[in-house]
Amino acid sequence: MMVDGAKVADDVEPRTLLVQYLREKLGKTGTVVGCDTSNCGACTVHMDGTSVKSCNVLAVQADGGEVTTIEGLANGSELHPVQEAFRDCHGLQCGYCTPGMIMQSVALLEENPKPTEAEIREGLEGNLCRCTGYQNIVRAVKQASGQTEGVTA
Amino acid sequence: MTTLDDRPDVAPEIGRDRRRKEDQRLITGRTRWTDNITLPGMLHLAMVRSPFAHATITAIDTTQAKAATNVVGVFTAADLGESQGVLINAWAITEDQVTPTHLPMAGERVSFAGEIVAVVVARTQAEARDAAELVDVDYEELPAALDLKKAAADEVLAHPELGTNKSAFWQFDSEGAGTGGNVDAAIEKARTDGVVIEREFRQQRLIPAFMEPRSTVVDPTGEQVTMWSATQIPHILRFALAATTGMPESKIRVIAPDVGGGFGGKLQTTPEEWLTFCLANRLGKPVKYTETRSESLVSAHHGRDQWQKLTLAAEKDGTVTGLKVDLLADLGSYVSLVGGGVPVLGAFMFNAIYKFPAYQFNCQTVLTNKTWTDAYRGAGRPEATYGIERMMSELAAEIGMDPIELREKNWIKHEEFPFTTVAGLEYDTGNYEAATKRALEMFGYDELRAEQKQRRDAGDKIQLGIGISTFTEMCGLAPSRVLGSLNYGAGGWESATVRMLATGKVEVVTGASAHGQGHETAFSQIVADRLGVAFEDVEVLHGDTQIASKGLDTYGSRSLVVGGEALVKATDKVVEKAKPVAAHLLEASVDDIEFSGGRFSVKGTDQGLAIGEIAAAVFTAHNLPDGMEPSLDSEATFDPVNFNYPHGTHLCAMEVDTETGAVKMRKYVCVDDIGNVINPLIVSGQVQGGLVQGIAQALWEEAVYDDAGTLVSGSFVDYLLPTSADTMNYEIDHTTTPSITNTLGTKGVGEAGTIASTPAVVGSVVDAIRHLGVNDIQMPCTPERVWKAIQGAGRGGDSTEGAAMPHFDTDQPGTDSTEGAGA
Repeated sequence: MMVDGAKVADDVEPRTLLVQYLREKLGKTGTVVGCDTSNCGACTVHMDGTSVKSCNVLAVQADGGEVTTIEGLANGSELHPVQEAFRDCHGLQCGYCTPGMIMQSVALLEENPKPTEAEIREGLEGNLCRCTGYQNIVRAVKQASGQTEGVTA
Repeated sequence: MTTLDDRPDVAPEIGRDRRRKEDQRLITGRTRWTDNITLPGMLHLAMVRSPFAHATITAIDTTQAKAATNVVGVFTAADLGESQGVLINAWAITEDQVTPTHLPMAGERVSFAGEIVAVVVARTQAEARDAAELVDVDYEELPAALDLKKAAADEVLAHPELGTNKSAFWQFDSEGAGTGGNVDAAIEKARTDGVVIEREFRQQRLIPAFMEPRSTVVDPTGEQVTMWSATQIPHILRFALAATTGMPESKIRVIAPDVGGGFGGKLQTTPEEWLTFCLANRLGKPVKYTETRSESLVSAHHGRDQWQKLTLAAEKDGTVTGLKVDLLADLGSYVSLVGGGVPVLGAFMFNAIYKFPAYQFNCQTVLTNKTWTDAYRGAGRPEATYGIERMMSELAAEIGMDPIELREKNWIKHEEFPFTTVAGLEYDTGNYEAATKRALEMFGYDELRAEQKQRRDAGDKIQLGIGISTFTEMCGLAPSRVLGSLNYGAGGWESATVRMLATGKVEVVTGASAHGQGHETAFSQIVADRLGVAFEDVEVLHGDTQIASKGLDTYGSRSLVVGGEALVKATDKVVEKAKPVAAHLLEASVDDIEFSGGRFSVKGTDQGLAIGEIAAAVFTAHNLPDGMEPSLDSEATFDPVNFNYPHGTHLCAMEVDTETGAVKMRKYVCVDDIGNVINPLIVSGQVQGGLVQGIAQALWEEAVYDDAGTLVSGSFVDYLLPTSADTMNYEIDHTTTPSITNTLGTKGVGEAGTIASTPAVVGSVVDAIRHLGVNDIQMPCTPERVWKAIQGAGRGGDSTEGAAMPHFDTDQPGTDSTEGAGA
């Protein structure tokens, strides 16, 4: 499969979850595990163009597919606009939910480039954050969609 | 030598909404969580945990597990003996506190569901977990002490050998302390010619639920044994490991790398850390343990869990005359690191911002067979704030006075500061009038009251309620002498070191240990201002006991107000050390040297040197004053003389559907006075996040046990953390009265939102349906409870029982009960 633009091939146990494969085999530790019931969304990545919770996908299901993690989102040193907006709007504190939250936000904006606040809140419902109270995350997604202006200090 | 034009941009950093230094790594996945650490030959642990709340262990058969693929060993308490160490209680609140011995792994008897009984070591995490399933443990179940009130009556003993569940009784009495009058006399008088309000409130059990599950890696292969742990308290952890395992403190290095949230939940020394430490040393190999979320919810400490009986005495005009507090606090099965002390932190806060002439606080801590409790964001102070703010609104309703007016009548006026309270604290600064005025404006209080009246008059099915919290808190833990007087096991100082590098960069070492707060950014701003160097040139180091050798870590809204002040003192020392060098190089008298904007200059001339130039000169040490030690590096340890007292006014408007019991928040406004602000962006995040945790206590979260003592809200399917769709935008503003207990004029902000919001939210629900005869709804205010309260027009105080979790018993969801466990 392709992971963050690199071709990788491994033999894995059939029960290996995609998130385990990413973290343990490939060292893609930017993607994290936050729960064991697929509620928290911290492990969200993109697989073949849609967001998935990588704790809910077997590694073998991604065979031949294309996976993008938080580590493959930026274009070199140039941050993805959603990453930039999270930083600019203080959409993160401890940062543990952030990889999943950003990947989900990117997918949300690909599907709906100009979401309303309600649509943003609904679209991120599957990703839990304990630090921010979501207000600045919602603001970040809105800013990344170009509906509000950012100011960088 | 520089001229004025070469001086760096010295626009003040303090007060600027700097984007965080931490974020670049966090948004690109370049993170170092403990679970990311992999070492050569590393082994993995899996815990075997008791499914029973209280049982005797009659046999453990590890044969099959030991034979499983790649299993290195399976260990029980008998195998490890004293080598597993013991977990400490650092705060015995009374001399005669009853404290059960807390071993990391139980030997003969388990006392809560989730307690560790065996540990498997294997080459992979999956193999360890597989083998853990093969460990066969025989239990003989014992009756479990689950209900807090029944446990307090010693009906069933959580630890039979102790003979009682009562751990400690702690009292503060204003008459005895000489800070006020006799509370019973005040209450008796009010019964005759005044007003007495008596209420009992439940603080439900909560779970901190930090997003990063706890993880520990121990590498025993160097001269010092290194532990990485997802902890808030690397320094306290190191001390406790040394104190209980016999290994010298100097042989232990603890690192808190990136830590994914804590909220008090990682202010702990844990069985899992002790077992990882023990087994790594025993096996001579690096060992890792990472918990699953389900393990985290059942075995990481819980928070709150109190019954509060409150009696408030007042004159008929609303002037308060006395407050008596009787608490029962559930410790769970052990007295954890500071567990017994958490309710005591509330003892000084029930009187809040009001001028009570008499006050008494009584607290009984109680052992039960549930997960042990300890600090959760606010720790003691949310409970106190909830109690008093609900009571003030009840008093207002009783005498028919506007609840804002009632508060104003009783609060400390701004010109009365500093004010010594009936609990013996000296509030340094504050202005409750200003914060309240601003909040009322933003909220549109009068308009909302008018709408409320109109809806009531019309008998609208959607009723509107307004909840009020004019809170204060004590934070910045803590003056060491105060902690000493409370029998706490450590001090409350904080340490900082500033190192001036030859290349002009500045390294700052702090004993605070951030886990999401943004210390690297805020501390850089402080140092940049104090030393006149660029924000980007400051590097903040923390969370490693070999780098930051002294520290007391991060909790209790202390990092900025205690750690930040240590930093100020360290930078001041750097400047003082640099002055003679500047004088020497500029051929002037030290008395003529001025320091401003990063530049040492000679009074009345344009001659000067930048601090970086001085640092370079000290590095080469070629031309220094005679006898000068060639170093500008400075260390300071700051012990505060007082707490500081953030305050604010929070207002919540809630719509309640009287037909379904559903609640919908319409508006939430808060105006907090947290003194001077270093970084408004970080402050906004702290306030918003804090608010949601307090709102979640009011509306959604509860750790629920069934009548067998099983935690049924034991996964994120059942424990209802708020999502983006449950929350809204909160309107936040600030008024400012700088604290005078630190030179920056700051007050803590980490816990303010959580402490303040809960009573405002519950108060708004109650206010919406008070005219229907409701004066309380037990938290969380689920639609079912609100609906029942309306139907019963009573207290609506039923708590959630295990069977109310629909997927456990789909036949009878939400049947009536009193206390969930053991009802």
